[in-house]
Amino acid sequence: MDRSLLIHVAVLLGLTALAVSAAPAAEPAPTPERQQTLVHMVRQDCGSCHGMRLAGGLGPALLPERLAELPDESLVATILNGRPGTAMPGWNRFMDEAEAGWIVARLKEGFPSLQ
Amino acid sequence: MTMRLLTTLGTLAAALALSACASAPTELRGTGDLGVVIERATGRVQIVEHSHDSSLGSVDGLGDLSHAHVAFSRDSRYAYVFGRDGGLTKVDLLTRRIARRIIQAGNSIGGSVSQDGRLVVAQNYEPGGIKAFDADTLELLAEVPAEYAPGKFSRVVGLADVPGQRFAYALFDANEIWVSDLSDPRKPVTTRYPAGKQPYDGLVTPDGRYFLAGLFGEDGISLLDLWHPEAGSRKILSGYGRGEEKLPVFKMPHLRGWSLAAGQAWLPAVGRHEVLVADVRSWQEAARIPVKGQPVFVMARPDGRQVWVNFAFPDNEWVQVIDTVEKRVIHTFSPGKAVLHLEFTPRGEEVWLSSRDSNRVTVVDTASFAVRKELPADAPSGIFFTSRAQRIGF
Ligand code: HEC
Repeated sequence: MDRSLLIHVAVLLGLTALAVSAAPAAEPAPTPERQQTLVHMVRQDCGSCHGMRLAGGLGPALLPERLAELPDESLVATILNGRPGTAMPGWNRFMDEAEAGWIVARLKEGFPSLQ
Repeated sequence: MTMRLLTTLGTLAAALALSACASAPTELRGTGDLGVVIERATGRVQIVEHSHDSSLGSVDGLGDLSHAHVAFSRDSRYAYVFGRDGGLTKVDLLTRRIARRIIQAGNSIGGSVSQDGRLVVAQNYEPGGIKAFDADTLELLAEVPAEYAPGKFSRVVGLADVPGQRFAYALFDANEIWVSDLSDPRKPVTTRYPAGKQPYDGLVTPDGRYFLAGLFGEDGISLLDLWHPEAGSRKILSGYGRGEEKLPVFKMPHLRGWSLAAGQAWLPAVGRHEVLVADVRSWQEAARIPVKGQPVFVMARPDGRQVWVNFAFPDNEWVQVIDTVEKRVIHTFSPGKAVLHLEFTPRGEEVWLSSRDSNRVTVVDTASFAVRKELPADAPSGIFFTSRAQRIGF
Protein backbone atom coordinates (compact mmCIF):
# COMPACT_ATOMS: atom_id res chain seq x y z
CA MET A 1 0.00 0.00 0.00
CA ASP A 2 2.68 2.51 1.02
CA ARG A 3 4.62 1.38 -1.96
CA SER A 4 1.91 2.12 -4.49
CA LEU A 5 1.18 5.41 -2.79
CA LEU A 6 4.84 6.27 -3.26
CA ILE A 7 4.67 5.35 -6.90
CA HIS A 8 1.60 7.54 -7.36
CA VAL A 9 3.31 10.44 -5.72
CA ALA A 10 6.41 9.91 -7.82
CA VAL A 11 4.35 9.75 -11.02
CA LEU A 12 2.45 12.84 -10.01
CA LEU A 13 5.62 14.74 -9.26
CA GLY A 14 7.07 13.64 -12.56
CA LEU A 15 3.98 14.81 -14.39
CA THR A 16 3.96 18.14 -12.63
CA ALA A 17 7.61 18.65 -13.50
CA LEU A 18 6.83 17.78 -17.09
CA ALA A 19 3.86 20.15 -17.23
CA VAL A 20 5.89 22.96 -15.72
CA SER A 21 8.86 22.49 -18.01
CA ALA A 22 6.56 22.18 -21.03
CA ALA A 23 5.07 25.62 -20.40
CA PRO A 24 7.30 28.20 -22.04
CA ALA A 25 7.59 31.68 -20.57
CA ALA A 26 5.94 33.49 -23.48
CA GLU A 27 3.04 31.21 -24.25
CA PRO A 28 2.38 30.80 -27.96
CA ALA A 29 -1.20 29.93 -28.90
CA PRO A 30 -1.74 26.25 -29.72
CA THR A 31 -1.67 25.40 -33.45
CA PRO A 32 -5.05 25.56 -35.20
CA GLU A 33 -5.17 21.79 -35.32
CA ARG A 34 -4.43 21.48 -31.61
CA GLN A 35 -7.05 24.18 -30.90
CA GLN A 36 -9.63 22.00 -32.59
CA THR A 37 -8.61 19.04 -30.46
CA LEU A 38 -8.91 21.18 -27.33
CA VAL A 39 -12.33 22.51 -28.31
CA HIS A 40 -13.49 18.95 -28.96
CA MET A 41 -12.07 17.80 -25.64
CA VAL A 42 -13.72 20.60 -23.64
CA ARG A 43 -17.14 20.23 -25.26
CA GLN A 44 -17.17 16.44 -25.19
CA ASP A 45 -14.98 15.20 -22.34
CA CYS A 46 -15.22 18.12 -19.92
CA GLY A 47 -18.83 18.23 -21.11
CA SER A 48 -19.56 14.89 -19.46
CA CYS A 49 -19.50 16.75 -16.14
CA HIS A 50 -19.92 20.41 -17.11
CA GLY A 51 -22.48 19.79 -19.88
CA MET A 52 -21.80 19.98 -23.60
CA ARG A 53 -23.08 23.55 -23.58
CA LEU A 54 -20.98 24.12 -20.44
CA ALA A 55 -24.12 25.15 -18.57
CA GLY A 56 -23.26 22.89 -15.65
CA GLY A 57 -23.93 19.37 -14.41
CA LEU A 58 -21.97 17.56 -11.77
CA GLY A 59 -19.44 20.34 -12.25
CA PRO A 60 -20.46 24.03 -12.21
CA ALA A 61 -21.31 26.06 -15.32
CA LEU A 62 -18.20 27.30 -17.19
CA LEU A 63 -19.93 30.24 -18.86
CA PRO A 64 -18.41 33.74 -19.12
CA GLU A 65 -20.81 35.32 -16.57
CA ARG A 66 -19.74 32.83 -13.90
CA LEU A 67 -16.03 32.81 -14.64
CA ALA A 68 -15.53 36.56 -15.10
CA GLU A 69 -14.72 37.16 -11.44
CA LEU A 70 -12.33 34.22 -11.04
CA PRO A 71 -8.59 34.79 -11.57
CA ASP A 72 -7.04 33.03 -14.58
CA GLU A 73 -4.21 31.43 -12.61
CA SER A 74 -6.55 29.68 -10.23
CA LEU A 75 -8.71 28.39 -13.08
CA VAL A 76 -5.62 27.14 -14.91
CA ALA A 77 -4.42 25.45 -11.72
CA THR A 78 -7.84 23.82 -11.26
CA ILE A 79 -7.78 22.45 -14.80
CA LEU A 80 -4.23 21.12 -14.56
CA ASN A 81 -4.30 19.73 -11.03
CA GLY A 82 -7.98 19.21 -10.28
CA ARG A 83 -9.55 19.93 -6.90
CA PRO A 84 -8.83 17.24 -4.32
CA GLY A 85 -11.93 16.12 -2.43
CA THR A 86 -14.20 17.02 -5.35
CA ALA A 87 -15.04 15.28 -8.63
CA MET A 88 -12.80 17.65 -10.60
CA PRO A 89 -9.79 15.65 -11.89
CA GLY A 90 -6.46 17.15 -13.01
CA TRP A 91 -5.82 17.16 -16.77
CA ASN A 92 -2.05 17.74 -16.81
CA ARG A 93 -1.50 14.39 -18.54
CA PHE A 94 -3.37 15.72 -21.54
CA MET A 95 -2.44 19.40 -21.83
CA ASP A 96 0.24 21.83 -20.74
CA GLU A 97 -0.11 25.12 -18.91
CA ALA A 98 -0.23 27.23 -22.08
CA GLU A 99 -3.06 25.09 -23.43
CA ALA A 100 -4.98 25.30 -20.15
CA GLY A 101 -4.48 29.08 -20.30
CA TRP A 102 -5.84 29.14 -23.85
CA ILE A 103 -8.91 27.18 -22.69
CA VAL A 104 -9.51 29.58 -19.79
CA ALA A 105 -9.27 32.62 -22.10
CA ARG A 106 -11.77 31.03 -24.52
CA LEU A 107 -14.13 30.06 -21.67
CA LYS A 108 -14.14 33.66 -20.46
CA GLU A 109 -15.07 35.06 -23.86
CA GLY A 110 -17.59 32.35 -24.74
CA PHE A 111 -16.27 28.96 -25.80
CA PRO A 112 -16.06 28.08 -29.54
CA SER A 113 -18.57 25.56 -30.92
CA LEU A 114 -17.65 22.16 -32.30
CA GLN A 115 -16.66 22.24 -35.97
CA MET B 1 -75.20 22.28 -47.11
CA THR B 2 -74.45 19.00 -48.87
CA MET B 3 -72.07 20.89 -51.11
CA ARG B 4 -70.37 22.34 -48.03
CA LEU B 5 -70.14 18.93 -46.42
CA LEU B 6 -68.57 17.59 -49.58
CA THR B 7 -65.99 20.38 -49.67
CA THR B 8 -65.15 19.77 -46.03
CA LEU B 9 -64.79 16.07 -46.68
CA GLY B 10 -62.62 16.81 -49.66
CA THR B 11 -60.35 19.05 -47.60
CA LEU B 12 -60.19 16.43 -44.89
CA ALA B 13 -59.25 13.71 -47.33
CA ALA B 14 -56.56 15.91 -48.83
CA ALA B 15 -55.22 16.72 -45.38
CA LEU B 16 -55.19 13.04 -44.48
CA ALA B 17 -53.38 12.14 -47.67
CA LEU B 18 -50.85 14.87 -46.97
CA SER B 19 -50.18 13.81 -43.40
CA ALA B 20 -49.93 10.20 -44.55
CA CYS B 21 -47.12 10.94 -46.96
CA ALA B 22 -45.38 13.34 -44.56
CA SER B 23 -45.11 10.64 -41.92
CA ALA B 24 -43.20 7.85 -43.58
CA PRO B 25 -44.66 4.72 -42.02
CA THR B 26 -47.77 3.47 -43.77
CA GLU B 27 -47.71 -0.20 -42.79
CA LEU B 28 -48.83 -1.55 -39.47
CA ARG B 29 -45.92 -2.64 -37.31
CA GLY B 30 -45.17 -3.53 -33.70
CA THR B 31 -42.79 -1.64 -31.43
CA GLY B 32 -41.03 -4.51 -29.61
CA ASP B 33 -37.92 -4.24 -31.80
CA LEU B 34 -37.65 -0.46 -31.85
CA GLY B 35 -35.12 1.76 -30.18
CA VAL B 36 -33.70 5.26 -29.94
CA VAL B 37 -30.14 6.41 -30.60
CA ILE B 38 -29.21 9.81 -29.16
CA GLU B 39 -27.28 12.09 -31.52
CA ARG B 40 -25.74 14.12 -28.78
CA ALA B 41 -24.49 17.25 -30.46
CA THR B 42 -27.39 17.89 -32.81
CA GLY B 43 -30.39 17.56 -30.50
CA ARG B 44 -31.70 14.73 -32.61
CA VAL B 45 -32.61 11.08 -32.11
CA GLN B 46 -32.65 8.25 -34.61
CA ILE B 47 -35.41 5.67 -34.45
CA VAL B 48 -33.89 2.24 -35.11
CA GLU B 49 -35.08 -1.36 -35.25
CA HIS B 50 -33.12 -4.49 -34.34
CA SER B 51 -34.94 -7.16 -36.37
CA HIS B 52 -32.97 -6.11 -39.42
CA ASP B 53 -30.56 -3.67 -37.76
CA SER B 54 -31.58 -0.52 -39.54
CA SER B 55 -32.36 3.11 -38.95
CA LEU B 56 -35.96 4.08 -39.71
CA GLY B 57 -35.61 7.84 -39.51
CA SER B 58 -34.90 10.64 -37.11
CA VAL B 59 -36.64 13.24 -34.98
CA ASP B 60 -35.19 16.72 -34.52
CA GLY B 61 -35.53 19.60 -32.11
CA LEU B 62 -34.90 17.92 -28.77
CA GLY B 63 -32.49 20.50 -27.31
CA ASP B 64 -29.29 19.78 -25.37
CA LEU B 65 -28.86 16.02 -25.34
CA SER B 66 -25.60 15.73 -23.40
CA HIS B 67 -26.27 13.07 -20.77
CA ALA B 68 -29.67 12.36 -22.32
CA HIS B 69 -31.68 9.47 -20.99
CA VAL B 70 -34.71 7.69 -22.46
CA ALA B 71 -37.57 5.81 -20.79
CA PHE B 72 -40.48 4.19 -22.63
CA SER B 73 -44.26 4.25 -22.24
CA ARG B 74 -45.86 1.03 -21.05
CA ASP B 75 -47.15 0.29 -24.56
CA SER B 76 -43.68 0.95 -26.02
CA ARG B 77 -45.07 3.41 -28.51
CA TYR B 78 -43.57 6.53 -26.98
CA ALA B 79 -40.06 7.41 -25.90
CA TYR B 80 -39.64 9.98 -23.13
CA VAL B 81 -36.38 11.77 -23.85
CA PHE B 82 -34.83 13.68 -20.94
CA GLY B 83 -32.41 16.40 -22.05
CA ARG B 84 -29.68 18.10 -20.06
CA ASP B 85 -31.43 21.46 -20.52
CA GLY B 86 -34.52 20.21 -18.67
CA GLY B 87 -36.40 19.36 -21.86
CA LEU B 88 -38.77 16.40 -21.61
CA THR B 89 -39.93 15.24 -25.03
CA LYS B 90 -42.46 12.54 -25.76
CA VAL B 91 -41.54 11.06 -29.13
CA ASP B 92 -43.95 8.87 -31.08
CA LEU B 93 -41.83 5.98 -32.37
CA LEU B 94 -44.37 5.01 -35.03
CA THR B 95 -45.05 8.37 -36.67
CA ARG B 96 -41.54 9.57 -35.73
CA ARG B 97 -42.85 12.89 -34.50
CA ILE B 98 -42.79 14.86 -31.29
CA ALA B 99 -46.07 14.16 -29.52
CA ARG B 100 -45.41 16.61 -26.65
CA ARG B 101 -42.53 18.62 -25.34
CA ILE B 102 -42.03 20.67 -22.17
CA ILE B 103 -39.11 22.31 -20.41
CA GLN B 104 -39.46 21.00 -16.87
CA ALA B 105 -36.21 22.09 -15.19
CA GLY B 106 -33.03 24.05 -15.71
CA ASN B 107 -30.67 21.05 -15.61
CA SER B 108 -31.78 17.45 -15.72
CA ILE B 109 -30.10 14.06 -16.05
CA GLY B 110 -32.86 11.55 -16.60
CA GLY B 111 -36.07 9.96 -15.51
CA SER B 112 -38.18 6.90 -15.18
CA VAL B 113 -41.74 5.59 -15.57
CA SER B 114 -43.91 4.35 -12.68
CA GLN B 115 -44.94 0.73 -12.18
CA ASP B 116 -48.45 1.39 -13.54
CA GLY B 117 -47.14 3.39 -16.48
CA ARG B 118 -49.14 6.49 -15.58
CA LEU B 119 -46.37 8.70 -14.26
CA VAL B 120 -43.17 9.94 -15.82
CA VAL B 121 -40.72 11.14 -13.18
CA ALA B 122 -37.70 13.34 -13.91
CA GLN B 123 -34.59 13.67 -11.74
CA ASN B 124 -33.06 17.12 -11.72
CA TYR B 125 -29.88 18.93 -10.75
CA GLU B 126 -31.45 22.38 -11.03
CA PRO B 127 -33.76 22.82 -9.22
CA GLY B 128 -32.55 19.79 -7.25
CA GLY B 129 -35.33 17.26 -6.81
CA ILE B 130 -37.78 15.08 -8.70
CA LYS B 131 -40.95 15.96 -10.58
CA ALA B 132 -43.83 13.70 -11.57
CA PHE B 133 -45.83 14.19 -14.75
CA ASP B 134 -48.91 12.59 -16.24
CA ALA B 135 -47.52 10.11 -18.80
CA ASP B 136 -50.17 11.02 -21.40
CA THR B 137 -50.28 14.80 -21.16
CA LEU B 138 -47.00 15.64 -19.37
CA GLU B 139 -49.03 17.74 -16.95
CA LEU B 140 -47.06 18.37 -13.75
CA LEU B 141 -48.61 16.41 -10.88
CA ALA B 142 -46.11 16.59 -8.06
CA GLU B 143 -42.73 17.82 -7.05
CA VAL B 144 -40.35 16.60 -4.35
CA PRO B 145 -37.63 19.23 -3.88
CA ALA B 146 -34.41 17.67 -2.61
CA GLU B 147 -34.23 20.16 0.24
CA TYR B 148 -32.07 18.29 2.72
CA ALA B 149 -31.53 21.21 5.06
CA PRO B 150 -33.39 24.54 5.18
CA GLY B 151 -32.71 26.34 1.90
CA LYS B 152 -30.23 23.68 0.72
CA PHE B 153 -31.06 21.59 -2.34
CA SER B 154 -29.17 18.59 -3.61
CA ARG B 155 -28.63 17.30 -7.11
CA VAL B 156 -30.52 14.06 -7.63
CA VAL B 157 -28.91 10.97 -9.19
CA GLY B 158 -29.73 7.32 -9.76
CA LEU B 159 -33.53 7.57 -9.93
CA ALA B 160 -35.15 4.12 -10.24
CA ASP B 161 -38.80 3.12 -10.37
CA VAL B 162 -39.54 0.42 -7.81
CA PRO B 163 -42.71 -1.60 -7.10
CA GLY B 164 -45.58 0.10 -5.30
CA GLN B 165 -45.50 3.33 -7.32
CA ARG B 166 -42.31 4.25 -5.51
CA PHE B 167 -39.12 5.85 -6.76
CA ALA B 168 -35.72 5.46 -5.13
CA TYR B 169 -32.93 7.96 -5.74
CA ALA B 170 -29.78 9.38 -4.23
CA LEU B 171 -28.79 12.92 -3.26
CA PHE B 172 -25.22 13.67 -4.33
CA ASP B 173 -24.87 16.74 -2.11
CA ALA B 174 -26.75 15.38 0.89
CA ASN B 175 -25.24 11.88 1.21
CA GLU B 176 -28.70 10.37 1.40
CA ILE B 177 -31.02 7.92 -0.33
CA TRP B 178 -34.66 8.96 -0.60
CA VAL B 179 -37.68 6.83 -1.44
CA SER B 180 -40.81 8.66 -2.58
CA ASP B 181 -44.15 6.89 -2.67
CA LEU B 182 -46.33 8.37 -5.42
CA SER B 183 -49.38 6.12 -4.89
CA ASP B 184 -51.29 9.35 -4.54
CA PRO B 185 -49.36 11.35 -7.14
CA ARG B 186 -50.56 14.66 -5.76
CA LYS B 187 -49.35 13.78 -2.26
CA PRO B 188 -45.92 12.15 -2.39
CA VAL B 189 -44.63 10.58 0.83
CA THR B 190 -40.85 10.54 1.16
CA THR B 191 -38.57 8.56 3.49
CA ARG B 192 -34.88 9.44 3.95
CA TYR B 193 -31.92 7.14 4.60
CA PRO B 194 -28.23 7.91 5.12
CA ALA B 195 -26.09 6.85 2.15
CA GLY B 196 -22.38 7.57 2.57
CA LYS B 197 -20.28 10.19 0.84
CA GLN B 198 -21.31 11.59 -2.53
CA PRO B 199 -23.55 8.95 -4.08
CA TYR B 200 -23.05 9.41 -7.85
CA ASP B 201 -25.57 6.98 -9.35
CA GLY B 202 -27.92 4.23 -8.34
CA LEU B 203 -29.69 1.15 -9.56
CA VAL B 204 -32.28 -1.32 -8.43
CA THR B 205 -31.90 -5.09 -8.80
CA PRO B 206 -34.13 -6.62 -11.52
CA ASP B 207 -36.63 -7.87 -8.89
CA GLY B 208 -37.01 -4.36 -7.50
CA ARG B 209 -35.80 -5.42 -4.05
CA TYR B 210 -32.39 -3.79 -3.50
CA PHE B 211 -31.49 -0.22 -4.30
CA LEU B 212 -27.74 0.37 -4.54
CA ALA B 213 -26.03 3.74 -4.63
CA GLY B 214 -22.41 3.91 -5.77
CA LEU B 215 -20.27 6.30 -3.74
CA PHE B 216 -17.72 8.71 -5.15
CA GLY B 217 -16.51 10.25 -1.87
CA GLU B 218 -15.55 6.91 -0.32
CA ASP B 219 -14.91 3.33 -1.41
CA GLY B 220 -18.12 1.37 -1.12
CA ILE B 221 -21.74 0.99 -2.12
CA SER B 222 -24.77 1.95 -0.10
CA LEU B 223 -27.48 -0.74 -0.06
CA LEU B 224 -31.16 -0.39 0.87
CA ASP B 225 -33.37 -3.49 1.11
CA LEU B 226 -36.78 -2.25 -0.03
CA TRP B 227 -38.43 -5.33 1.43
CA HIS B 228 -37.10 -4.26 4.83
CA PRO B 229 -36.79 -0.52 4.65
CA GLU B 230 -37.22 -0.34 8.44
CA ALA B 231 -33.75 -1.92 8.73
CA GLY B 232 -32.28 1.15 7.01
CA SER B 233 -29.40 1.33 4.58
CA ARG B 234 -26.01 -0.33 5.01
CA LYS B 235 -22.65 -0.17 3.35
CA ILE B 236 -21.16 -2.98 1.31
CA LEU B 237 -17.73 -3.46 -0.29
CA SER B 238 -16.45 -0.64 1.89
CA GLY B 239 -12.78 -0.06 1.53
CA TYR B 240 -12.50 -1.91 -1.79
CA GLY B 241 -9.70 0.48 -2.66
CA ARG B 242 -7.70 -0.91 0.28
CA GLY B 243 -6.73 2.60 1.25
CA GLU B 244 -4.81 3.16 -1.98
CA GLU B 245 -5.24 6.55 -3.54
CA LYS B 246 -7.65 6.34 -6.44
CA LEU B 247 -6.71 7.45 -9.94
CA PRO B 248 -8.17 10.70 -11.23
CA VAL B 249 -11.67 9.97 -12.54
CA PHE B 250 -12.18 11.58 -15.94
CA LYS B 251 -15.73 10.35 -16.28
CA MET B 252 -18.19 9.16 -13.67
CA PRO B 253 -19.21 5.52 -13.96
CA HIS B 254 -22.86 4.74 -14.62
CA LEU B 255 -24.80 2.19 -12.72
CA ARG B 256 -27.93 2.11 -14.77
CA GLY B 257 -27.06 -0.98 -16.70
CA TRP B 258 -24.85 -2.23 -13.94
CA SER B 259 -25.78 -5.71 -13.53
CA LEU B 260 -26.59 -8.96 -11.91
CA ALA B 261 -25.29 -12.09 -13.59
CA ALA B 262 -24.66 -15.63 -12.40
CA GLY B 263 -25.83 -14.82 -8.86
CA GLN B 264 -23.41 -11.95 -8.54
CA ALA B 265 -23.43 -8.19 -8.89
CA TRP B 266 -20.85 -6.78 -11.33
CA LEU B 267 -19.92 -3.19 -10.78
CA PRO B 268 -17.37 -0.55 -11.69
CA ALA B 269 -14.65 0.30 -9.17
CA VAL B 270 -14.31 4.08 -8.99
CA GLY B 271 -10.82 5.34 -9.85
CA ARG B 272 -9.46 1.83 -10.43
CA HIS B 273 -8.97 -0.39 -13.45
CA GLU B 274 -11.18 -3.06 -11.99
CA VAL B 275 -14.63 -4.59 -12.10
CA LEU B 276 -15.86 -5.63 -8.65
CA VAL B 277 -17.92 -8.76 -8.14
CA ALA B 278 -20.15 -9.17 -5.09
CA ASP B 279 -22.15 -12.20 -4.01
CA VAL B 280 -25.83 -11.25 -4.07
CA ARG B 281 -26.76 -13.22 -0.93
CA SER B 282 -24.04 -12.05 1.41
CA TRP B 283 -23.10 -8.86 -0.48
CA GLN B 284 -19.46 -9.77 0.23
CA GLU B 285 -16.75 -9.24 -2.34
CA ALA B 286 -16.38 -12.40 -4.45
CA ALA B 287 -13.73 -11.30 -6.95
CA ARG B 288 -12.21 -8.35 -8.71
CA ILE B 289 -11.28 -8.46 -12.36
CA PRO B 290 -8.48 -6.33 -13.80
CA VAL B 291 -9.60 -4.48 -16.93
CA LYS B 292 -8.16 -2.02 -19.44
CA GLY B 293 -9.27 1.25 -17.88
CA GLN B 294 -11.76 2.76 -15.47
CA PRO B 295 -15.11 1.10 -16.19
CA VAL B 296 -18.08 3.33 -17.06
CA PHE B 297 -20.81 0.81 -17.97
CA VAL B 298 -20.59 -2.75 -16.69
CA MET B 299 -23.49 -4.54 -18.33
CA ALA B 300 -24.58 -8.16 -18.28
CA ARG B 301 -25.82 -9.81 -21.42
CA PRO B 302 -29.46 -10.70 -20.64
CA ASP B 303 -28.60 -14.39 -20.05
CA GLY B 304 -25.86 -13.39 -17.61
CA ARG B 305 -23.06 -15.44 -19.22
CA GLN B 306 -21.11 -12.35 -20.33
CA VAL B 307 -20.48 -8.92 -18.88
CA TRP B 308 -19.46 -6.12 -21.27
CA VAL B 309 -17.46 -3.13 -20.11
CA ASN B 310 -16.61 0.26 -21.64
CA PHE B 311 -14.19 2.77 -20.19
CA ALA B 312 -13.63 6.38 -19.18
CA PHE B 313 -11.40 8.81 -21.09
CA PRO B 314 -8.59 8.22 -22.10
CA ASP B 315 -9.24 4.47 -22.58
CA ASN B 316 -12.63 5.00 -24.14
CA GLU B 317 -11.95 3.40 -27.49
CA TRP B 318 -11.87 -0.05 -25.84
CA VAL B 319 -14.52 -2.57 -24.94
CA GLN B 320 -13.91 -5.76 -22.99
CA VAL B 321 -16.01 -8.87 -22.51
CA ILE B 322 -15.83 -10.86 -19.29
CA ASP B 323 -16.92 -14.49 -19.04
CA THR B 324 -18.92 -14.67 -15.82
CA VAL B 325 -18.08 -18.31 -15.11
CA GLU B 326 -14.36 -18.08 -15.76
CA LYS B 327 -14.33 -14.56 -14.30
CA ARG B 328 -11.79 -13.28 -16.77
CA VAL B 329 -11.63 -11.07 -19.85
CA ILE B 330 -12.19 -13.19 -22.97
CA HIS B 331 -12.29 -10.49 -25.64
CA THR B 332 -10.89 -6.98 -26.11
CA PHE B 333 -11.67 -4.82 -29.13
CA SER B 334 -12.31 -1.30 -30.35
CA PRO B 335 -15.54 -0.62 -32.27
CA GLY B 336 -14.52 3.03 -32.75
CA LYS B 337 -13.38 6.14 -30.91
CA ALA B 338 -15.06 7.32 -27.70
CA VAL B 339 -17.42 4.41 -27.05
CA LEU B 340 -20.11 5.95 -24.84
CA HIS B 341 -22.79 3.31 -24.44
CA LEU B 342 -23.92 -0.19 -25.26
CA GLU B 343 -27.32 -1.85 -25.36
CA PHE B 344 -28.21 -5.52 -25.76
CA THR B 345 -31.13 -6.74 -27.82
CA PRO B 346 -33.77 -8.22 -25.50
CA ARG B 347 -32.38 -11.77 -25.62
CA GLY B 348 -28.77 -10.75 -26.03
CA GLU B 349 -27.71 -12.28 -29.35
CA GLU B 350 -26.38 -8.89 -30.37
CA VAL B 351 -25.19 -5.70 -28.78
CA TRP B 352 -25.20 -2.17 -30.19
CA LEU B 353 -22.29 0.13 -29.33
CA SER B 354 -22.08 3.87 -29.95
CA SER B 355 -18.76 5.48 -30.93
CA ARG B 356 -19.13 9.22 -30.52
CA ASP B 357 -15.95 10.26 -32.28
CA SER B 358 -16.26 7.73 -35.10
CA ASN B 359 -19.83 8.82 -35.79
CA ARG B 360 -21.24 5.34 -35.89
CA VAL B 361 -23.16 2.65 -34.10
CA THR B 362 -21.68 -0.86 -34.38
CA VAL B 363 -23.83 -3.97 -34.10
CA VAL B 364 -21.83 -6.94 -32.79
CA ASP B 365 -22.73 -10.63 -32.58
CA THR B 366 -22.18 -11.58 -28.92
CA ALA B 367 -21.34 -15.23 -29.69
CA SER B 368 -18.74 -14.74 -32.43
CA PHE B 369 -17.86 -11.06 -31.72
CA ALA B 370 -18.21 -10.44 -35.49
CA VAL B 371 -19.43 -7.04 -36.60
CA ARG B 372 -22.90 -7.48 -38.09
CA LYS B 373 -23.48 -3.93 -39.18
CA GLU B 374 -22.28 -0.35 -38.88
CA LEU B 375 -24.86 2.42 -38.89
CA PRO B 376 -23.83 6.05 -39.42
CA ALA B 377 -24.86 8.41 -36.60
CA ASP B 378 -23.85 11.94 -35.68
CA ALA B 379 -21.82 11.80 -32.42
CA PRO B 380 -24.04 9.07 -30.94
CA SER B 381 -24.27 8.57 -27.18
CA GLY B 382 -27.07 6.59 -25.52
CA ILE B 383 -28.83 3.66 -27.20
CA PHE B 384 -32.16 2.58 -25.71
CA PHE B 385 -34.39 -0.31 -26.83
CA THR B 386 -38.11 -0.50 -26.04
CA SER B 387 -37.60 -3.75 -24.09
CA ARG B 388 -36.71 -1.42 -21.20
CA ALA B 389 -40.42 -0.61 -20.89
CA GLN B 390 -41.03 -4.06 -19.43
CA ARG B 391 -38.24 -3.97 -16.87
CA ILE B 392 -38.19 -2.66 -13.30
CA GLY B 393 -35.73 0.13 -12.68
CA PHE B 394 -35.15 1.37 -16.23
C1 HEC C 1 -15.58 13.97 -13.62
C2 HEC C 1 -16.22 15.26 -13.64
C3 HEC C 1 -15.49 16.45 -14.23
C4 HEC C 1 -14.83 16.52 -15.43
C5 HEC C 1 -14.71 15.45 -16.50
C6 HEC C 1 -14.31 17.87 -15.53
N1 HEC C 1 -14.67 18.59 -14.43
FE1 HEC C 1 -14.18 20.56 -14.06
N2 HEC C 1 -15.12 20.44 -12.25
C7 HEC C 1 -15.81 19.35 -11.77
C8 HEC C 1 -16.34 19.67 -10.46
C9 HEC C 1 -17.17 18.76 -9.59
C10 HEC C 1 -15.92 20.99 -10.18
C11 HEC C 1 -16.23 21.80 -8.91
C12 HEC C 1 -15.13 21.55 -7.90
C13 HEC C 1 -15.45 22.23 -6.60
O1 HEC C 1 -16.44 21.85 -5.97
O2 HEC C 1 -14.71 23.12 -6.23
C14 HEC C 1 -15.16 21.45 -11.33
C15 HEC C 1 -14.57 22.71 -11.43
C16 HEC C 1 -13.96 23.20 -12.56
C17 HEC C 1 -13.46 24.54 -12.72
C18 HEC C 1 -13.52 25.64 -11.66
C19 HEC C 1 -14.81 26.37 -11.80
C20 HEC C 1 -15.08 27.23 -10.63
O3 HEC C 1 -16.20 27.73 -10.58
O4 HEC C 1 -14.23 27.39 -9.76
C21 HEC C 1 -12.96 24.66 -13.98
C22 HEC C 1 -12.36 25.88 -14.63
C23 HEC C 1 -13.13 23.37 -14.60
N3 HEC C 1 -13.74 22.50 -13.73
C24 HEC C 1 -12.73 23.08 -15.88
C25 HEC C 1 -12.76 21.81 -16.45
C26 HEC C 1 -12.19 21.49 -17.72
C27 HEC C 1 -11.54 22.47 -18.68
C28 HEC C 1 -12.39 20.15 -17.91
C29 HEC C 1 -11.92 19.28 -19.07
C30 HEC C 1 -10.54 19.41 -19.48
C31 HEC C 1 -13.12 19.65 -16.75
N4 HEC C 1 -13.32 20.68 -15.89
C32 HEC C 1 -13.57 18.34 -16.60
C33 HEC C 1 -15.97 18.13 -12.40
C34 HEC C 1 -15.40 17.77 -13.62
